[in-house]
Parts: sequence; structure tokens; C-alpha cells
Amino acid sequence: MIRVALPFHLCTLAGVDGEVSLDVAGPVTLRSVVDALEVRYPMLRGTIRDHVTHARRPFVRYFACRRDFSHDALDTPLPDEVASGTEPFQIVGAIAGG
Amino acid sequence: MRSEQGQHLLHARSREHLTPAHLRHSIPSILPARGAGMFARVDGIRLPGYAADAAGLVHAQEPEMSKVRLLVGTKKGAFILTSDSDRKRWNVDGPHFAGWEIYHAKGSPADPDRLYVSQTSGWFGQIVQRSRDGGKTWEQPGTPAGTPTTTPDGMPMGESNKFVYNISGPDGKPLTTHQFYDGTQHPWEFKRVWHLEPALTDPDTVYAGVEDAAIFKTTDGGKTWNELAGLRGHGTGPQWQPGAGGMGLHTIVQDAKDAKRLFIAISAAGVFRTDDGGKTWSPKNRGLTSKYLPDPNVEVGFCVHRIAMHPSRPKTLFMQLHWHVCRSDDAGDTWRKVSGNLPSDFGFPIVVHAQEPETIYVVPILSDSLHYPPEGKLRVYRSRVGGNEWEPLTRGLPQSDCYVNVLRGAMSTDTLDPCGIYLGTTGGQVYGSADGGDNWSAIVRDLPTVLSVEAQALP
Repeated sequence: MIRVALPFHLCTLAGVDGEVSLDVAGPVTLRSVVDALEVRYPMLRGTIRDHVTHARRPFVRYFACRRDFSHDALDTPLPDEVASGTEPFQIVGAIAGG
Repeated sequence: MRSEQGQHLLHARSREHLTPAHLRHSIPSILPARGAGMFARVDGIRLPGYAADAAGLVHAQEPEMSKVRLLVGTKKGAFILTSDSDRKRWNVDGPHFAGWEIYHAKGSPADPDRLYVSQTSGWFGQIVQRSRDGGKTWEQPGTPAGTPTTTPDGMPMGESNKFVYNISGPDGKPLTTHQFYDGTQHPWEFKRVWHLEPALTDPDTVYAGVEDAAIFKTTDGGKTWNELAGLRGHGTGPQWQPGAGGMGLHTIVQDAKDAKRLFIAISAAGVFRTDDGGKTWSPKNRGLTSKYLPDPNVEVGFCVHRIAMHPSRPKTLFMQLHWHVCRSDDAGDTWRKVSGNLPSDFGFPIVVHAQEPETIYVVPILSDSLHYPPEGKLRVYRSRVGGNEWEPLTRGLPQSDCYVNVLRGAMSTDTLDPCGIYLGTTGGQVYGSADGGDNWSAIVRDLPTVLSVEAQALP
């Protein structure tokens, strides 16, 4: 199971408490994790990435194992610790605004 | 039933307060919405508790318990304020969608418990929420959980927050650019929904005005949205440019007598009208003037802040322009200034009294540089003659040290009799008047900045 940590507003939107667990078929990448997240929680579609282009929204960041994956290619494999569920994949709302 | 003289008879369970004069030449006229506050007008005299049927006969109505619901959108969530028809004591429910900007919330005229909400965030984008029970519970219409995000051929599934511009106009040319602040052409980019306008007769049909300016329509209760691309595609799109608040399509007005006619307003492009349900559109800005537009004959470019219409007179429109209050009596073909004796004719909202089509309300703001009321006094101005002659309404509103603004979507009327008027401020107050504006009181004082107010009268 892949663990995904969500920011506060996406937790309330999805009706979850901080972290969700997902089954991801095949390679564990940025794309496959967010794909699985959107299938399980359709209310999050469009809030993390664009519906059509799948471009990450500007004020959203992807972190894992103390690394910033926000600018990596969507098919970049995520660390083994994320694939094994030892570490969460973190979706973060960037610090901006008020 | 008609009398032998051909006059209308009043069918009333109790006629004790009707005089013989009412029974002569009794010709019922305008009626407000069904239910709360219903009345008939006979010989110019309003008769609460009576209503006219389609044949022109006047009937007594059963006493009804009615209430008013205010849908208040703020910078940090939505609030639902409810009261009985006295409109003296209010219940405050919220925040709904706490922490999100609620640009607009509006109920369906066809089903008042069907609500639609535009919920937005600079981080997470656009959400459209829907309620079927007057705001007790909410849902995001769209693809169910557990189903793929794309169709078998790879196209993204429809979602309530998916607003994708049509990139091909009627002439086949891409609708790709508008004028940016620096005068260069800039691609259209969806940012948020400013205005949701449920159709008059179908609760599943809703129009959405968005930034960058375009109009979308759903006919499935918000699951999927399609652009009415004839608006951007009619030819002047490359001349549209954003105002200080962005290039939003912020106002949608439906013609109650012609389902195919809509009016919209864009900052800063102006008013447009369709007579064919949104396929084709024409700019309707003749007669407007702006010191920011040196060409007096320019077709678009006006920073229209709001337009309003009384449903019984769909050819008469009232407008709060950036500067100037204006009116049109030919469905927008021509406009004339009716600012008259206003202390400032800069402002944002404009509304029409529910039962008096020539009674209108504005909230003057000092200037485009100073977005607060003249003299630190929050005054609503009322004209009972459709403009030019205005009276300040001050009783119950702060008359010193007040420097709040009232945004374009933050003023509304109910349909009770007497008519209720409501406004929300950038300081978080919501004020209401249950007597057409003569007396005001604060319903709630400490909400976040109010972005929108919509009133519903409920049976």
C-alpha cells in the first residue's frame, strides 16, 4: 500500500484525516500515484493537477523521503520507501498568500 | 368567475378589508414569485394574501409560513443565514467549505433547495458544490469514486470543476488570445467561476461565468460543463482586457419572458446579449462612456460592474458601470446615464426592488482609487423613478468612520412584501432591510470579507 499525505484543504474535501492508503498497480511513479488517488477520491480531480494536461498546479508540491519531486518527470519512479509504504508520498500546499 | 358586467370578482374567504372600490375595475397586475409574500394589485392597491390566476381572477391565499435564506459567500467560506418572514431574528449556519473562497452561491428558481456554490482556491483551483436539501448536505457532481479518470479513448471524464475552453470558433479559427494588461495578446486561462446562474425552469441547467471571461453551461446538474463559445468567438475577443480584479464574466441575467435571451457582463469588455440561447452574441454598449476609452464609438472595453433587470420588464436594464449608473429601455441596444444627484456614481452592485420595477438601489463608493463610501458613511441610495433622482438610505447603517466596500455580487433582494434588501461588506458585515431600504440592521457583523449575497424567499 502506498501512503499519501494530503494538505488540510484536500483532506476536508476528500473527507479523510491526513493520510490515505492506496493500491497502485505497476511502477510507483508520480503519475501512477496521483492517478490512483483521483480514482479513489474523485473529488480531488483538478485540485492537484490539470484535468487535461496533468500539469501540477503551481502552488502544489510533491515531496518524498526529504526530496522535492515537484519538477521531476511524471514517470519518474518514486523511492522504494514510498513503494513499500515505509514513507509517505507528500502532496503539499506551498507557503503563499494569507 | 366574472360578474355580468364583465368585471373581475374577488374570490376571498374573507373580504372584510376590501372596499367596493376594489371590486370595481379590478385588474390584477404583477405578482412576485410563488409562495412567500404573494399579493395581488387591484386598482393600484396592493392586496397581501391575495393572488391572481392566469385568467385574471383574484383569489385569497392560505396563510403561509415563509422564510428567507441568504447565501453568503466570503473569502473564507460560505454562510447560510435564515429567518422567518419578519426578518428580525436570524440563524447563522457555517462556515461551509471553511478556508476556501466562495465567489458565489445561488439557488435554483425551479427548486429553491437546489443550491450551487463556486468554491475556489489559489492553491487547489476550482470546485463546484451542489446541495439538494438547501445546504444541509453537499456533493461534488461528477465521476463516481472507483471509476477511471479517463474514457477508454483517453479523454478526461467530465467533472464539476472541469472548465475547458472551446478552442475552435464558428469560423474554425482558434479562440486563443485576449488583450493583456501590457497590450499584448495573451492566451485564455481558466482561473475560477465568478457567477453561477441556475436556469429559471430547470434545476439541472446552470450557466457559469468564469475568469478568463467565458460562459459555460451544464444541463446535467453540474457534472459536465460546455462553453458557449460563440461569445468569445464573435470577433471582439482579442480586444477584451482584464480589469484590476481580473477578466471575469461576473454577471448573467436571464430574460424571464424569453428563454433564449441572456445578458452577460464582463470586466473589462462590457455587456453582451444572445437571442438564440447562447449560440451567437452581440456587444450591447452603445451610449456608454468611459474616460479610459478615448474613442467614443468603441464597441467593447467597458468595465461594467453589474447589470440588473426586473423580471416583468425584460427590456429595461440597469447598470453600475465603473463610473456612472446607466439604464437601457431597449434590451441593451442603447444606454443613457441616470447618475443624477448621487454623491459619487462609482460603485459595484445594483439591484431592483422585487415588486417595483422602477425602484433601484446602488451603493456609491468614493472613486476607483478609494474603494470606500464618501464621508465614511455607508449609504444605500434608492431611486423610485428608475434613476436620476436618488435618496440616501441611512437608518441603521454606520454613518461615521466606515470604510468598507460592497462588492458587485454582494447585494440582493428577496421577493417578500415589503421587499427585503441585503448587502455584505468587505468588513464582514451583512446588513438587511425588511422594508425596502427604509430601516437597516446588522444581521451578522464579523464574517470574513463578503464576496456575494443571494436572497431566497422560501414557502
